[in-house]
Amino acid sequence: MEQFLKTLIGDTLLNHVIIAALPLVFILLYALVAIYVEMKMAAHMQDRLAYMRTGWHGVLQPIADMLKLLQKEDTIPAAADRIFFILAPYIVFVGSYAAFAALPFGSSFIGSNLNIGIFYIVAISSLVVVGIMMAGWSSNNKWSLFGALRAAAQIISYEIPSAFAILGVVMIAGTMNLQELSAAQTGGIQHWMIFGGTLSLMKKLIVIPVMLVLFVVYYVSSMAEVNRTPFDIPEAESELVQGYMTEYSGMKFAIFYLAEYANLFAVSAIATVLFFGGWASPFASAMTGPLWSTFWFVAKGMLLVCVNIWLRWTLPRLRVDQLMYVSWKVLTPFAFACVLALGLILVW
Amino acid sequence: MNPVAEYFGNIYRGIKTAMIGMQITFKHLFTRAVTIQYPTVKMKLPERARNRLYVNMDDCIGCDQCAMACPVDCIDIETIKSAPEDNLGMTSTGQKKRLHVPVFDIDIAKCCYCGLCVYPCPTECIKMTDVYEFSEFDRHNLIYSFSTMTPAEIETAKVKAKKMEEEAAAKKAAAAAAAKAAAEAKAAAPPAPSPAAGEQQQKTE
Repeated sequence: MEQFLKTLIGDTLLNHVIIAALPLVFILLYALVAIYVEMKMAAHMQDRLAYMRTGWHGVLQPIADMLKLLQKEDTIPAAADRIFFILAPYIVFVGSYAAFAALPFGSSFIGSNLNIGIFYIVAISSLVVVGIMMAGWSSNNKWSLFGALRAAAQIISYEIPSAFAILGVVMIAGTMNLQELSAAQTGGIQHWMIFGGTLSLMKKLIVIPVMLVLFVVYYVSSMAEVNRTPFDIPEAESELVQGYMTEYSGMKFAIFYLAEYANLFAVSAIATVLFFGGWASPFASAMTGPLWSTFWFVAKGMLLVCVNIWLRWTLPRLRVDQLMYVSWKVLTPFAFACVLALGLILVW
Repeated sequence: MNPVAEYFGNIYRGIKTAMIGMQITFKHLFTRAVTIQYPTVKMKLPERARNRLYVNMDDCIGCDQCAMACPVDCIDIETIKSAPEDNLGMTSTGQKKRLHVPVFDIDIAKCCYCGLCVYPCPTECIKMTDVYEFSEFDRHNLIYSFSTMTPAEIETAKVKAKKMEEEAAAKKAAAAAAAKAAAEAKAAAPPAPSPAAGEQQQKTE
């Protein structure tokens, strides 16, 4: 993709801008679809219908919502810390958007082919916490501050098990480059990391259960990292209005929303790359190629997003102490034990 | 309980119950929605649903019983006596109508749909219909006037009623005068009445 653009318009700034803007275009389109799917799934799980009036079965509703948010008055509380208040949503979005730079969207498209891709994503995602803390503090509102503190505590706690789960996969694959990691999983469903990658059959039998546990650990902790139910205590509508987003309106609120959905896809995509082959086709050499690979990547990512939505509308919210219990007393020891087990298997 | 068993039991139950929950929500994903798309699809109302009031003025005898029954005073009725020569017709229940009803206003915004006005009506002319979509942009449009009389008719009815009243009053006065004359004639024979009684009589005149 990059090479193609280079031959087309030369190695100019425009080239880089296009490469950088493509994931943004994807995020915007995906957010519209994800909001629609989320609302429809939520409604049908509760035996309702959701939007039915705007277009066929309300397909135009996300666009209408977006237009409404664009037109809304952008209010800033008088007592708010103006600079941080304005800056916060952009920092949150930058944090989640920067993760897309290292995501391999297909066999021939990746924003930046980093050697430490997954490491970079884990690091840059921490920027989201900074933005959330800024939003909560600058709003000068007790609910916002509570939400921000909870979010910070939660995201930092859950980064540990998720990092351990990532570490386990990286140990087997031997690379942190997500493009190489995906390429290593080509050649059929049996080469996916959740099925032990390209290890020998004997080792696979031991590795598969470990990988399953690691996947659950990663998926649960990623859900907590994007602040979604059952881990939505930072936003907890019934307790904290909207948490750190309470004082935001109009476009700034929309950016928070967009960041949440971008984050949701980012963590699902990382889970895809780490465990389900990334852009690798499940049918060995069938349905491969740049376009098919992009299709597989997005389809797998969306599937995991749907599972996330499914869980969101199934489970109730955790209490703060339960949340910490799950992270520190369940996920972290399990992830640690799995990493230890994988290390022993690899050495053996 | 053994703490280790409790720890793993908790985890097992956590995963198991989450799975059960997911199963339930997945099933509901494909069950039929209970939503009724209201303005396009309407639910059938029960047979005895109480909604907007309607008055059949052909049957109204202006008895004011509905207005008296109304707990929120939303019914406003004015009546004019009809002249003996006027034939206001009969109600469908066979009662003779004796009163003109120039005003029969129901402020439906005040109405609480209790239906208490329906039961006392002797001619069953006020009833609750199944119409429930009658929102208005102006509150005053919710005052429904059921009277069928035109202003001219009301005027003539009023004039007639006044005349009747005057005639009645004149009759009464004549009767009173006659009675007084009789009383005076009676009083002539006994000694003169007390001055206070005389004053009182003057007042009544």
